Amino acid sequence: MMEAQKYVWEGAIPLQIHLHESEVTTLPPPLPALILAPRIGYLPLLIPHIKPHFSSALPPGVDTVWFEYKGLPLKWYIPTGVLFDLLCVEPERPWNLTVHFRGYPGNILIPCEGEDSVKWSFINSLKEASYIINGNCKNVMNISQPDQVELWHSVFNGNLEAYLKVSSKLKLGTAGHEYSANLSSGSFVSRQSAGDTDATGQVKTGRVPVRLYVWGVSEDFDDLEDAPQIDSWDKISYINRPVEIHGEEGKCFTLLDAVKSLLPEHFQYKSLTNEESSKEEGEDEQKVPSEEGGENLSEYVESCYPSDNAEVKLVRIQGIEPKLEIPFSWVVHNLMNPEHFLHVCVCLKFSQVKIPSDG
Amino acid sequence: MDISSWDGTISLAEFHAAACALVEKWKKVEGYLSLENIILVSIKEEHDELPSFPQKEETSCSDKEESIDIATLGQSDHDEICYYDLHIVYSAPYRVPVLYFRVYYSDGEPLQFEDIKKHLPAHSAKTLLDSKWTFITQEEHPYLNRPWYKLHPCGTGEWMKLLFQGDVSLARNGAAIEVYLISWLSFVGQVVGLRIPYEMLNQL
Repeated sequence: MMEAQKYVWEGAIPLQIHLHESEVTTLPPPLPALILAPRIGYLPLLIPHIKPHFSSALPPGVDTVWFEYKGLPLKWYIPTGVLFDLLCVEPERPWNLTVHFRGYPGNILIPCEGEDSVKWSFINSLKEASYIINGNCKNVMNISQPDQVELWHSVFNGNLEAYLKVSSKLKLGTAGHEYSANLSSGSFVSRQSAGDTDATGQVKTGRVPVRLYVWGVSEDFDDLEDAPQIDSWDKISYINRPVEIHGEEGKCFTLLDAVKSLLPEHFQYKSLTNEESSKEEGEDEQKVPSEEGGENLSEYVESCYPSDNAEVKLVRIQGIEPKLEIPFSWVVHNLMNPEHFLHVCVCLKFSQVKIPSDG
Repeated sequence: MDISSWDGTISLAEFHAAACALVEKWKKVEGYLSLENIILVSIKEEHDELPSFPQKEETSCSDKEESIDIATLGQSDHDEICYYDLHIVYSAPYRVPVLYFRVYYSDGEPLQFEDIKKHLPAHSAKTLLDSKWTFITQEEHPYLNRPWYKLHPCGTGEWMKLLFQGDVSLARNGAAIEVYLISWLSFVGQVVGLRIPYEMLNQL
């Protein structure tokens, strides 16, 4: 189990970073900077290594650093590996990026104040993951100051050992642990969140933090190099929705099942309490917050949604394309990022010409 | 319904139901109901109440989840009108509504965060000082792909539970989901200095 995590943490993307021509003030122009970027890291964290390389060539002014790939400003809070998997369908080695020190596109990118911004984005994501898994953020909020520092540094430095020591205190046991034990029997037991059973004492479903990046094509492509280039973030559907895992006897919940469950508008996914595709309750029903009524909803849903109108063309996680039949729990446990989110890049091929609906 | 066992969160379907209650429309549409351009009025103690406008409504099949766009008129200390756009977006991870907002001058120019802070009520400004990174942050709007300000949702479930527990009439009558969003908005709106018009609250 440990091995896969180790590979993930050691994964890196070779980058060749060019200074944008509008900011070059010297002749000859500076050579591009070559740097190995950790997959689980973030681009702004590389700035201290890159800046010295270019500082003498920069025009006067205050630095507001941002990166761009083929004209697309890069969202700094997305892990570097995910950006690469998403935007470089045919992997480019080294990955050629352009760096800007001026003219931050504040209407497109949220501001970044360096390492602090990245750190807090990481911690907020960790809180969100904790909420998804445990139903509250307490473990993350109550972590001691030294532990918080240690946790961040372990991620910053790519130190898996140090990370595991601190993160165990967060008690974010992922669905993976519980499920992997049952792998051989081929059945999965719903994970019981701490103290979280409903009135009848039934075990509630487990939720897994997932971030899905979906882009679609209307025409098939056989070679990756024929895949269309993503030139706008509007072409990517970002889905930040937890996967709900239900214990179904004798049935394996696969990676494909998980992906489809997050895309109900494209895939008719049958489940008992599929909230993702639930619709407005009857207008006369005064529904109180509860988990009941799920079965009625799914029946209603099945009659409304067409059968699959897309096919999954490509699924990429941590730079690999796992077989879609692999148990989802294994994928989560081994391929998740340090903030406990599984980032999945998906390419869908649509049966009809259709733009993926956002969100 | 037993509030004591409720954790204060709601499902997507419940959010939708509550949102419909907020705008007094019950409509089953193919996609989800999308409501835009509801204008509420933000009141600061020193200024007179401004008239509120009737809400406009659009049905939209494109959005899977609901956003309610509320443009608000507020007056700054410098007598320059600044506008708020408030979006209420359902958060699947937190299972609660989340407030996204942006503030801009009449020419459309967005306010700098420093200036926004000046317009926030005193208690919010103080909370901001204490928790710079975890209270109000700039994040990407989930549907518009642009930076908006977001009010962090991780306390919402607990607040809502407390709110409902603390209200005797709600507890007695059983909390219908319809009041969830108005209650949420009246609570959360205070963070940005927004007050719900009495007419809306009286309908509950």
